[in-house]
Amino acid sequence: MSGTNSTTEYASRVLHPEVIGDHFEGARDAEGHPLVHAEGTSKPIRERSTHEPQPRGARDRGNRPVDQVEASERFLAATEHEKAHDERLWDMRLRRDKVAHALPEWEDMRSLASQIKEHSLTHLDRYLEQFEAAAKANGVTVHWAADGAEHNRIVHDILKSRNARTLIKSKSMLTDECGFRAYMAGVGIEVVETDLGERIQQLDHEEPSHIIGPAIHKTRADVAEVFARTLGSDPDDDDILHLAHVQRETTRPLILKADAGMTGCNFAVAETGTVVVCTNEGNADLSANTPPLHIASIGIEKIIPRFEHLAVFLRLLARNAIGTPMTQYTSHFRAPRVGGELHYVIVDNGRSERLGLKEFWTSLKCIRCGACMNTCPVYRRSGGLSYGATYPGPIGIILDPTINRRKYSSLPFSSTLNGSCTNVCPVRINIHEQIFAWRKVMSEEHRLPFVKAEMMKVLGYVLARPALYRAALESADEALRLLPHFIVANPLNTWTDKGRDMPETPTQTFHSWWRQNRGRARNTP
Amino acid sequence: MSAREDILSRIRKNRPAGSHELPPLPHFAIQGGEQKLETFSRMLKAMGGQLVRSDSIPSVQAWIREQFPGAKVVCSAVPEVPGDRPLSQVRQPQDLADVDIGVVRAVLGVAESGSVLFTEAELKVNTLAYLSQHLVVLLHADAIVEGLQQAYENPAFRTAHYAVYHTGPSASADIEGVLFHGAQGVRSLTVIVDQ
Repeated sequence: MSGTNSTTEYASRVLHPEVIGDHFEGARDAEGHPLVHAEGTSKPIRERSTHEPQPRGARDRGNRPVDQVEASERFLAATEHEKAHDERLWDMRLRRDKVAHALPEWEDMRSLASQIKEHSLTHLDRYLEQFEAAAKANGVTVHWAADGAEHNRIVHDILKSRNARTLIKSKSMLTDECGFRAYMAGVGIEVVETDLGERIQQLDHEEPSHIIGPAIHKTRADVAEVFARTLGSDPDDDDILHLAHVQRETTRPLILKADAGMTGCNFAVAETGTVVVCTNEGNADLSANTPPLHIASIGIEKIIPRFEHLAVFLRLLARNAIGTPMTQYTSHFRAPRVGGELHYVIVDNGRSERLGLKEFWTSLKCIRCGACMNTCPVYRRSGGLSYGATYPGPIGIILDPTINRRKYSSLPFSSTLNGSCTNVCPVRINIHEQIFAWRKVMSEEHRLPFVKAEMMKVLGYVLARPALYRAALESADEALRLLPHFIVANPLNTWTDKGRDMPETPTQTFHSWWRQNRGRARNTP
Repeated sequence: MSAREDILSRIRKNRPAGSHELPPLPHFAIQGGEQKLETFSRMLKAMGGQLVRSDSIPSVQAWIREQFPGAKVVCSAVPEVPGDRPLSQVRQPQDLADVDIGVVRAVLGVAESGSVLFTEAELKVNTLAYLSQHLVVLLHADAIVEGLQQAYENPAFRTAHYAVYHTGPSASADIEGVLFHGAQGVRSLTVIVDQ
């Protein structure tokens, strides 16, 4: 997986040649070959001479539906950002394909992972009890939180009772979902994110835009601006290694003086009560091992039955996320270290309700790899912040409405239903079918003009620019893999030509849904 | 009702239909698994680490002095390297903040991914593997297993309080995909293999 090979192989698969730089600035191996691991790109992004301001995410409209399309338009208008973002995510998708195709058992592994998760989710009460009992026997203190507010209160109580004022933490989507940092700011606890991307986002008061690359939408100049404003670094120095150095040097003293550490949880092993955390920076291990107190926040759906199942999930996770065989660090916490304390906070926050939704419960299988975002044409070209939700992209579209149905009611329309997300999902979640099913839910709950308007907005935005995709892609085959047939073949007639042959699934369901609903509109008095 | 009972009862009420049996796990052969050391070496290198064969160097101690001439503090958790910061005198994890080179022996290596495994028994103080600027790892060639499936058969996972795979050094490419080592943890990781 040395970088030189991938560079040559992928050179012809560049989407936007104008944003590709001519030299690697990153790490090399002993022979001088560029390395491609962690979230690294196999094609360098060009340094820019001017600073295009970063497009910001969806505007806060309170509980009213997020206007994803409006935010997307602003992202698209910032062409440097949009192209670099598109290029980098597509590169991750290609790196994923390369390592996935190299494993003959890949498809079997996806099926196994799906079956293990479905088994765990349908026996969740039993496994959670087993996990809790094992953890307690190991000396871990176990807490249960029905929702995000209770999670935040529990963590605050633990910190208060130990006089802890500062907390270092590694990246956790669950704590983002709980609004953890905002809560802690309100009660006077200093929280420091230790993942580089998440730290950038924390300093910029922005949510993460991608599950595994929180600041993936930012350019080096954006980061230089944030660090100059918040850490006092040189605003004109946007050298990436310098910026990384600034972060390391300013975060380390905070790590050393922190009173408590916090991590999320990628997998919770029921039989041993073990929490597994995956990072590339080693920051979860620093957060958990340096202060005397470690708190791990665990979503109830993270449970897997036995240790041997980790081999299945870990072989899939990093390959599918970033195209490497493992994350740099895979950490197993089973018991508090001698002289230290370990607390688990097991969080529901709507998951047990989601389990009861017949069409949507399998979304709980998600292992948060981010591959569905990397492959999604809408996500790649609109940016994660345009979704205005903790979880962006295809998986976000199907998770967010279970968190707030009204606020995220327009998100299911931000998809071409091309099925690419489903094809890359390591646990075989039928993401695009669930997106479609959510459209049906929204069409039943909302007045049809809303649904129709949302459909036209997002389709208009995709359809207006199909040439960009076609020009960028090496062959028509690839265009077909990326876009639904009805868009590529006949962009404008789709909406009027009722008589033409039905395209292949998944477009068929989409098409028939539209016809069915348009028919219903006519019959509505 | 407590949150615990509340959550568990909702899970029982909302349990999806169907039997959903736990599938048996087949054994997957690892490509290149028969040449474990070669595969381990190749994967380690691709993940940003480096491999040194012990028979190619006079001693680990001498190699460290040669590779890191500016290193002031060597902290060793192995008897082969004396070091100058005895771990028995470390009072708290933060005490290792000034360590330049940490030295530790791995429980095992994983050929498939180039990973090495440690627990608190090898590390003595867990922060040795994170606060040190560079990490030097000793590994017996015999301790390399084919893949993760074999690695998880190791009993250490059931007894250790803390167990961790390191696959190369600390890395990040969170800014524009430019990869660098030493994001927060160690800046380099070298595995010295004895056969």
